[in-house]
Amino acid sequence: MSRLIDVENLTLQFDTDEGRITAVDDVSFSLEAGEVMGLVGESGSGKSVTAKSLMKLNPRNAIYGPDTKITLHLDDGPVDVMSLQTDHDMRIVRGGAISLIFQEPMASFAPAISIGDQMVEQLLIHTDFSKPQAKELSVEMLDRVGISDASTRFGQYAFELSGGMRQRAMIAMALSTKPKLLIADEPTTALDVTIQAQVIDLMKDLVSEFGMGIIFITHDLGVIAQTADKVAVMYLGRLVEQGSVRDVIRRPAHPYTRGLLAALPTLDDIDAPLTPIPGDIPSPLERPSGCVYSTRCQEVVGPQCSAAVPRFERVDTDHMAACHIYDAKEGAA
Amino acid sequence: MSQKPLITAQGLSVHYPLRGGLIGPAPFVRAVENISLEIAPGSFFGLVGESGSGKTTLGRAMLRAAPISKGDVLFDDDEVSFSLKDLGKKELKEYRKRAQLIFQDPYAALSPRMTVRDIIAEPLEVMGLTNSRAETDERVREIAAKCRLNVEHLRRFPHAFSGGQRQRISIARALVSGPKFIVADESVAALDVSIQADVLNLLKAIQEDMGLTFLFISHDLSVVAHVCDHVAVMYLGRLVETAPTRTLFSGPRHPYTKALLSAIPSLDPDDRGKAQKLEGEIPSPTNPPPGCKFQTRCPHAIDRCRVEEPVLESVQSEHNVACHRWAELVD
Repeated sequence: MSRLIDVENLTLQFDTDEGRITAVDDVSFSLEAGEVMGLVGESGSGKSVTAKSLMKLNPRNAIYGPDTKITLHLDDGPVDVMSLQTDHDMRIVRGGAISLIFQEPMASFAPAISIGDQMVEQLLIHTDFSKPQAKELSVEMLDRVGISDASTRFGQYAFELSGGMRQRAMIAMALSTKPKLLIADEPTTALDVTIQAQVIDLMKDLVSEFGMGIIFITHDLGVIAQTADKVAVMYLGRLVEQGSVRDVIRRPAHPYTRGLLAALPTLDDIDAPLTPIPGDIPSPLERPSGCVYSTRCQEVVGPQCSAAVPRFERVDTDHMAACHIYDAKEGAA
Repeated sequence: MSQKPLITAQGLSVHYPLRGGLIGPAPFVRAVENISLEIAPGSFFGLVGESGSGKTTLGRAMLRAAPISKGDVLFDDDEVSFSLKDLGKKELKEYRKRAQLIFQDPYAALSPRMTVRDIIAEPLEVMGLTNSRAETDERVREIAAKCRLNVEHLRRFPHAFSGGQRQRISIARALVSGPKFIVADESVAALDVSIQADVLNLLKAIQEDMGLTFLFISHDLSVVAHVCDHVAVMYLGRLVETAPTRTLFSGPRHPYTKALLSAIPSLDPDDRGKAQKLEGEIPSPTNPPPGCKFQTRCPHAIDRCRVEEPVLESVQSEHNVACHRWAELVD
């Protein structure tokens, strides 16, 4: 496998009427080609903003930290995403090297333009295909994602398709430019479980066929367990745990990850009580000092939790957690 | 059921008219077709199925918020009994005090221009259940405390609250008139897992405390498994299986129930690809297939399934399934 993207010290703030808020705080991760990374966390944890930062797709009031470095490794050499200024320059990245699938496909397709015209339009921008070639590829992609009668569907509008069908069309459109990296933002959340299972299968097939990397954003740990190779857990703009999917789900190292798993109803033991994480995720205007999770944490070890930001510590090979529980171990070693 | 049921649906159908059809009888959609079921008092009754299966319509028919085309729904709480099909205006008002709805989206369900106190008090005022403002305030404070809302929260507006807190406000509003029967329609679907667990625990605690009966509509089978004591599975307007929760999850009999259970993503990363996948999508209720409604997606469909619609039959006490082949398919 070859390295696809490196994200180093990504920090992102927004200037708002109520003050400057920190949406993403010093996040670093990397992804190999053909790898699926699950990005997990509650609403407001900064998952979507982080993913959109990879193509600088954030509003004008966004301020990136000075140490932020995002490097995309393409066939023609590395691209420093932060140095791209104009929208025209960004085309290499947006819809070219990186495609994005949203949660609500009804809101992502233009309602008054046919599915086919939207697919062709983006191919004409990002490739040097002629119109007939773009149409041929689009129909082929619709067929490839399991849409029957693809040439008829090509001429239809988003409202004429069912929810599962729209999400498939969205995937077909996102993949037709052959991106290196696919960002899927809650792609199955609005779907029924049976359709979700079909879409997950489809995405897995496509990864192995095209060899692209996927960042899969979801709050559903079951979906993560079924799709991801590795997992990054976010809370209030910070990464709190990273590791292989087996390590993170079977031996969660951060109290927040443990809390998420305890709150999840599972079918293995239907009599087990559901344990909520106490309290709500704090407003980004009132970020707690020290560890951002300290206000809700059940495993606070001492005053350092609300005083110092915990560093990422290795708890196992390729398994990291940012929690003061692991400070002592470091001292002993 | 040994106990007298609180809610009894008898051959209940809800049909909605469709546009068009100048010649011949006006076309209609059978959103709910010939459903009979009983909900015992004090039960937490789960209703599951995909979008388009008719679960919301069935829940609304039980509140008389959807038209009853055929059959009837009976309500009997030992004090009063109603036949919902022919309720007069006055009786309907009386029924509304006893049956309430909790909505899915706590952001859309609360008026942004009303304080939390006014939102919770509105049903009391509309129904004329209290005689003075002081009495209303007392009732609001009482129910707010049960739903774990602070007194100072009552003066604020909904925008100041998170999703979980808003859902607690919705619950308080539904409960303030002292109902016996609550329809909770996807009431935790919009919430994060950590908040969802909190709201589910609250619903269970309130149910025990106030002796309520719930119809809990959800597409999430893991949630239903944890909170409900009975479950009914719907497909295209029909009931396909009903059973006590434990029975349904340990020994599902209908191929659709089996497929739904199997489609839930397992938390075990080594369990990948083992799920039994259901092909295709739920057909449109405007154009349902003949025979068994599930035959177009069923891996076990035979010729009989394509012509004859199965009826609910008893597997064992309280466990019913509508499938021609359930007995052969026991694994």
